[in-house]
Amino acid sequence: MRTSAPVRPSGPAWLLIAAALVWIALVIGLPLAAVFGEAFRKGAGAYVAALADPDALSAIKLTLEVAAIAVPLNALFGLAAAWAVAKFEFRGKTLLVSIIDIPFSMSPVISGLVWVLLFGANGWFGATLDGLGIRVIFNFTGILLATVLVTLPFVARELIPLMQEQGTDEESAAITLGAGGLRTFLQVTLPNVAWALLYGVLLCNARAMGEFGAVSVVSGHIRGLTNTMPLHVEVLYNDYDFVGAFAVATLLAGLALVTLAAKSALEWRFAGELAHGRR
Amino acid sequence: MSAASEPIAPAGPPLPTRPGLRAPIAASAAPSRRRGWREPSLLPGFAPAMAFTLLYLSLLVLLPLAALAARPWEHGWQGLWTTLASPRVLAALRLSFGLSFVAAGLNVVMGLVVAWALARYDFPGKRLADAAVDLPFALPTAVAGIALAAIYAPNGWVGALLAPAGIKVAYTPLGVLIALIAVGLPFIVRGVQPVLKDFDAEVEEAALTLGAGPLRRTWQLVLPALTPSLITGFSLAFARAVGEYGSVIFIAGNMPMRSEIAPLLIVIELEQFNYAGAASIGLVMLLLSFAVLITINLVQLAAARRGRR
Repeated sequence: MRTSAPVRPSGPAWLLIAAALVWIALVIGLPLAAVFGEAFRKGAGAYVAALADPDALSAIKLTLEVAAIAVPLNALFGLAAAWAVAKFEFRGKTLLVSIIDIPFSMSPVISGLVWVLLFGANGWFGATLDGLGIRVIFNFTGILLATVLVTLPFVARELIPLMQEQGTDEESAAITLGAGGLRTFLQVTLPNVAWALLYGVLLCNARAMGEFGAVSVVSGHIRGLTNTMPLHVEVLYNDYDFVGAFAVATLLAGLALVTLAAKSALEWRFAGELAHGRR
Repeated sequence: MSAASEPIAPAGPPLPTRPGLRAPIAASAAPSRRRGWREPSLLPGFAPAMAFTLLYLSLLVLLPLAALAARPWEHGWQGLWTTLASPRVLAALRLSFGLSFVAAGLNVVMGLVVAWALARYDFPGKRLADAAVDLPFALPTAVAGIALAAIYAPNGWVGALLAPAGIKVAYTPLGVLIALIAVGLPFIVRGVQPVLKDFDAEVEEAALTLGAGPLRRTWQLVLPALTPSLITGFSLAFARAVGEYGSVIFIAGNMPMRSEIAPLLIVIELEQFNYAGAASIGLVMLLLSFAVLITINLVQLAAARRGRR
């Protein structure tokens, strides 16, 4: 089958392209421009001052800490789940894959709510943990749990289709030739999925650092303690500190742009080594 | 990893890697090696990988969902009903689901235009435009939220242009709609684009030689081929919009009965320590979303079956 290669537009095609570009500019370009425009509205000095604020710095630190734990956890989960799902045949596989997908179809607010129902003051385990002096909600652990839940499918979703497509021939050959299981995984499987793993980790990290709804429910918005960067943006905005809010927002927008650039580069360079059927 | 848990294959004729599944029928004449719920394999590591996967999912997905499913019944049916039948909750559910439907519908049209331009034509700035489409996936929702609020506020870049015409966007349902459109666009574009790219050029050229004009060609050939991916894109954009929180609450104004979305009501109930109420709204949102997705999948199946006939 010959596929339709892109052609030079002519006549009415330019109208279509113009409509597409105007729409992208309106829906995507304008908000991005507004973030930077508002952040520098009162000059670079105000921008830098807003970022040097101790509460902003502690929000940045908390965001990095949460992502530093949540992303490796979900990467490990993604590798384990993909190994089990893609390399073996067992009953209930479809159900398992559907469960992995559930966090994608949950409202972020619900992904936060469930942890309050478990560990909040009136939650299932709230009183027990309180007796032990353990605090989950309005604390680091709650923020971490909410973030892990929201970003759980990213790496698994990237690896499962690719590893299914790659099959088990190479691994079987390695095992047959006497390589151990761990060695086979590290030297055969991992190099085959390295770029896809990186791709999944990139998306997982962007979401982990940018998650708002789920984290907002469990954090309690304690300045300097439980505010991640997106929550700090909200607090500043609601205090009418617009320059401050947009200054912190530029960091998050920058993260999104870097993620996007890296993701596009991976797609152009390693299209064949990533999973097919992008979301 | 338990490398010794499966027998190492003897040297000699190559074994099928997954006996039983795709092996020729003749192979099944041999006594089946299937023991219980999984098929034997040469590869090690199934047990630890599966155990970790199941433990992780149980603790992080299933246990939390069980709490969500159990909590609304604290005060029985009556309690659930009282929460859900309140006019404020009904209005919020109607707003969330109604506007998500409209936003996903608009995105089908504009997403198709964008995908068409990107898949079928070469033009300056195409790569940039293509990469930009994914920005809503990567941009944190709170950032999109405050940016949209600033743009469409009465003194904002666009808001100030619309204000003389008497059009108010920020702090009205129209603002909510705009936020939901921005969130859903990539789902449609990314769903349709590969299908458009892979569409068989020869079929289209044949139609051209047979004298079909460009518009007729589009309507009768390409659109039917795109329908499944459009439906999938619609349902993904819809599901995302229903649950959307961060990019909506800043522009919505959050007026009860008017521009208050359902996820925000969950937050409000939690702030009053009404766990049962919050869980009720959450559970209904989740079940309604699943119901819509299943319905759309059934429509999809029916359409595919009709297409094959």
